[in-house]
Parts: sequence; structure tokens; C-alpha cells
Amino acid sequence: MTLSEDARRMDERVARQLCGLYRRYGYSRYKMSKFEEYDLYARCKDFLVSEGVITFTDTNGRLMALKPDVTLSIVRNTRDGQSGVQKVYYNENVYRVSRGTNAYKEIAQVGLECIGELGMYEMCEAVMLAVRSLKCIRENVVLDLAHVGYLSALMEEMEVPDQAREEMMRAIGRKSLHEIVELCRRYDVSPGTQSALEVLSRGACGAEESLEALRRAARGRKMTAAVAELAQIYRVLAENGMGDCVNVDFSVAGNMKYYSGVVFQGFVEGVPDSVLSGGRYDKLMAKMGRKSAAVGFAVYLDMLERLDESHRAYDADVCLLYGEDVPPSSVLRRADAIAAAGETVLAARSLPEGMRFGRVERMEGGEARG
Amino acid sequence: MVNVALPKGRLGEKAYRVFEKAGYSCPSILEPSRKLIFENTAAGVRYFWVKPSDVAIYVERGAADVGVAGKDILLEYAPEVYELADLAMGKCRMAVAAKKDFRDDTEKTLRVATKFGNIAREFYAGKGRDIDIIRLNGSIELAPILGLSDVIVDIVETGATLKENDLAVVEEIAAISARLIAGKAAYRFKGMEIENMCRAIAAVVEEQA
Repeated sequence: MTLSEDARRMDERVARQLCGLYRRYGYSRYKMSKFEEYDLYARCKDFLVSEGVITFTDTNGRLMALKPDVTLSIVRNTRDGQSGVQKVYYNENVYRVSRGTNAYKEIAQVGLECIGELGMYEMCEAVMLAVRSLKCIRENVVLDLAHVGYLSALMEEMEVPDQAREEMMRAIGRKSLHEIVELCRRYDVSPGTQSALEVLSRGACGAEESLEALRRAARGRKMTAAVAELAQIYRVLAENGMGDCVNVDFSVAGNMKYYSGVVFQGFVEGVPDSVLSGGRYDKLMAKMGRKSAAVGFAVYLDMLERLDESHRAYDADVCLLYGEDVPPSSVLRRADAIAAAGETVLAARSLPEGMRFGRVERMEGGEARG
Repeated sequence: MVNVALPKGRLGEKAYRVFEKAGYSCPSILEPSRKLIFENTAAGVRYFWVKPSDVAIYVERGAADVGVAGKDILLEYAPEVYELADLAMGKCRMAVAAKKDFRDDTEKTLRVATKFGNIAREFYAGKGRDIDIIRLNGSIELAPILGLSDVIVDIVETGATLKENDLAVVEEIAAISARLIAGKAAYRFKGMEIENMCRAIAAVVEEQA
């Protein structure tokens, strides 16, 4: 094993590449060096990926939190109502309950936010950077787009109780055509609305076909405008060689409370769940008293551990065993020489148990023997 | 190649017949052997038998692309998977049952014996009823008879076991049947294969109905 670029941990390598990518597009680093009050997160609890925030009492008695999220903090700390856009990225550890273990974990997260007067270019740039971010991880990637505006217009149209809307959203999220049909029957949903809902449960047929189906099923101005926005973003990406890895899939449109327009999730081959998630969140901005629009996404680096294929055959290339009589400076000189040659070395007085080495070198009386 | 996790046992064998009819046959699967994995490269399918309650885990974690799991397991563990089709087999009900003369005394916490703690908790939370869950692993029907619990939340097929023990269904929670599930990443990277499989299976299910 040599300490080359490949041997670095996958998540560290990806984090570095992502930060470089965002910097190249004019995003500046946002560093979160202080704690936020718990209240900030409690107010927008549903925006957080997982429930549960680690809290503590500050020296002045205020209830603070270990950051479960970075977006809320960025929104709070950026200037509002100015012309132009502010672009920031972050590379932070967040603290939240991990999906697998159901216990608090420190999770590395990299992401970006673009806040201000957003036009079509800014939206396309954010989606394009999401695709490029995925490509930093793997070659085979998929970014699924959806539009919350389309979904909420469709939900408003139905004259059903709120509970039915929630059930419908869950069925769309699970891609359960049979459940959608059953719910429509139970709540007496009109055939036109039902066929629009059925379209939303599909997704594997390619972006062009999905967009066409959405356009046909669109009912009213809001839905037509939403499809047009999706189609325009897709076209810009396709024109720039990214059409292959972008799809339209409404199972990713979960949180209608905070997101307002285009939303997306990214997948890389080999990881069973999404590794990137984001979208346009004007509603969150409004909830926090901001007038600006915003789009952003986060890449969850904790999911990448299982992609790390660099298999370590040895704990170190060389185990340098030195006797009692060897002066420390000789051991240091020899260890330096091995390390300088690009190998890893572990100096020890006796062979460590349970560890494997490429070879063992012994030093006695100041001499090295193979 | 689509990897399919089938539940060991009668339901799994029945589910395999549907896959077979839909064009995904793999004859070696029915020969008596101790093998766990069966493959038919021509049909582009690989099957493996797993414990019924584990199917969703294999699919959620990406070890299998699709699988056949009971709605009871999906409701209880809420795995992050897609539920693509109702296979309309293994039909039964998730229900609340109690002794025939049961009356809910709302002044006391309701004691509920069940294998399905999450389903019971969510059902009673929706009604605003305070409950105490007694998690059992089998012979749930015994609990109300011995006074261990007031009611049970369990799967009811024909109701014969309940009847023989002087118990009756109080309320129905959900209709249960076997579902075709798919992994989220699998759906992205093998989308067409999975969609085609889903369509073919749905057609067979409809024909059988």
C-alpha cells in the first residue's frame, strides 16, 4: 500500500472535490463556528432530515443545540432583500440520528445554498452542480427532478380531507399505483385527477416521456407552469451533456411545507438510498421572515463509506521491530527512510497481535536486517 | 439481471408461480435442495429464499432489487422501499381482537398484546387512546384469556382461532396482502427491467383475479 490519492478515505476525497467544484462556480465558504439556539431548529422541525436535536445549556442559560443542519443557520445569517444573489457552500459535521443505527452520529455533510433573486440560470446552475457533485462520487448516477408546485396544485384541486391528501402523498412516495387507485375510489376522486395522480407514480420511462405525460395530465395554469419549468431545466441540462443522468420522478417530492418549486434527489450506483437532496425552498424562507428566494442541496457523505473499494490488505507495509539495545535515533532514521520511499511503517518493540504487515524488518544493535 | 428476494414457505412458492407465469421462470428453484440462490440468465432473473420478515431488509439495503413482502411487515417496519404492486395473495386483516364481552374502559390505560408494536402504537395514537404495549412473539390469543392484556393486535385470516378461544374482532386496522417491493437505488439503475417485471406481474395478477 502506498499513500496515494486512492488510498485516502472516499468521503474525504469527495468532500475536497465538492468544495473545489463549488468554489469554481463562485460559491464562498460558510463556516459554522458557533452554536445556534435550539429554538431555530424547533421552529422548522419538519425541515430537518431526522427528528432529535442534541441540546445543551449555554453559559447564559439559553438552550442551545449541536447543529443538526446547516441550511437554517445560513438562511438566518445571510442578508435579506438585497439585489443579486449570495452563493455559499459548506463542509460541516452535523449531529443527528443516523438512519441505520437509530443513534446519534456525527455526519459529514457538504452542500451549497444560492439565495436572492433567482432566475432560470441560477436554478439550472444548482441542478447542474448537483449532477456534477454526484459525478464526483461515481460515474453511474441519477438525479431525479420533481416539482412541488405541480403536486400541491393537484392536491388543492381534490375535495378530500387533509388525511386523504397525506395518504395520497405517501402512496406517490412509495410509487404504489394500486394504493392511488384504491384511495381515489374511497374518496371519490374525479377520473381526470386520478389519471394525473397515476402519472406521478411512474418514473422509469425517461425524462422526455415523463414530461410529456405530465404536460398532458396538467390541469390548470399552475401545473402547466410547473411542467414548463421542469422541462426548461431538463433541456438546459440535456444541451450541456447531462440529459442521460437526469430523470423526472415524483417519488422524491416529499416535503411540501418548506419546498416550493423544483426539488431533486441524487443516487449513485452502489448506495441503496439517496446521497443528495435539495430544491427550491422559498416557503422555508418565508417562514423565517425572509423575502428572498433560495435553492440549495446537501450531499450526505456518511452514505459513501460502503462505496470505498480500496481494500486494505495490510495494516502497514512494514513492521519495524527494534530491540532494547537500538538507539531511538537509529529507529527514527530507518522509519523515516521507509516512509520516504512511499511505504507505511509501524515501529514496535514486539510484533503487534492481530495486525498484518507486508513484511517485517528487525533492528538489533543499530543494524537493520530483512 | 434482477435480484428477487422471495419469502421462504407457502406464500413464496405461490409468488414464484406468478413470476414464472409472467415470464421469469427458473425451474431449478422447485427441485428439492439446500441451495439458497437460483439463477436464470436467459430470463435475466436471480432468486433467493429469505425469512419472510427479512425480505424488506434485503431490498432496503440493496442486496435484492425487488422482493415479495407482506403489507404487515411494511406497515410495522416502514422500510424505505417502493411498493409497486399488490399481488393479491396471502390475504388477511390486521385487526384488534378481544374477549367477546370486552368493553373499553377509557379511564384505564388499554393493555395491548401484539407482535406489531408500531402498528398498534400508530393506530391508537390516531384515536388518542393511551395504551400499554405488551410485546409477545407468539400465541398472542392467550394474552386476553389469561388477563395479560385487554386486547390484541394481530393478523386474522379466517378468524377460526379467535372463535375457538371465545375471542372476536373488535376493529379492523388494515387489509393485508403480499406486495411487490423494489429498492430505491435499484429502481434508478434497473428501472426499465423492474418496470417491465412489474407490468408483467400485474397482468398475471389481474388475470388470476
